[in-house]
Amino acid sequence: MTVQTLAGLDGFCALTCPQPDREICGAYVGDLLSWVMGRAEADNVWITIMTNVNIVAVAALADVSCIVLAEGVKPEQSVLDTAEAKGVNILQSARPIYETAVLLAKTV
Amino acid sequence: MSEPLKFTYSVDGDNFTSAGQASVQVKKVLRRLGLDPETIRRVSIAMYEGEINMVIHAGGGEAEVLIHEDCVEIILRDKGPGIADIEQAMQEGFSTAPDNIRSLGFGAGMGLPNMKRYTDDMQIESQVGVGTTITMRVNL
Repeated sequence: MTVQTLAGLDGFCALTCPQPDREICGAYVGDLLSWVMGRAEADNVWITIMTNVNIVAVAALADVSCIVLAEGVKPEQSVLDTAEAKGVNILQSARPIYETAVLLAKTV
Repeated sequence: MSEPLKFTYSVDGDNFTSAGQASVQVKKVLRRLGLDPETIRRVSIAMYEGEINMVIHAGGGEAEVLIHEDCVEIILRDKGPGIADIEQAMQEGFSTAPDNIRSLGFGAGMGLPNMKRYTDDMQIESQVGVGTTITMRVNL
């Protein structure tokens, strides 16, 4: 499944999607950035509630397919602009983290 | 053996939001050179963790990346406070990062362990009050 397809599913929406064709493979959930960099794998969906600009660097360097911000949290526009410029996809889910992960597991 | 390709970057100690710029630059260079994605991922994560450490603890520093025929070498030098107990600092979960850094999602005590995890060799030279030099190697 591609990030664009995920973004089109009920419960998810794209905040910025500069690389819509990236393939999704597995997922990782976490808010501690170094923990995510140590454990997430390339092409994972990364579910988090962190919204500061460092998530963009972490996503780019860990090479995840997209970030999903759970709980309906929204980053500042500057974070979305940085993500767009760095080719990092950011999606949003209004559901809590656990429910977002369950929904993802059922659909991917 | 030919001379290694060498890149040097200055890591700005005041700007936490721009931390990672050097790592992102290195990632682009390695991509252009056609290295395999997992090697690129390992190098860039190890270097980013090092950059973050320099910003949090040392007020910045400099990063040097050398691309040899058989490995990528990353040398991070700072003139920060130094690491008193390297063995303790290498333990997962041990951190001296302040609360404001933790609220950003860093400071979980995973930086140095991640750098070791993602590299084939890591050497730390540190002197309290003088600074720290970390040399990492990822084999190609």
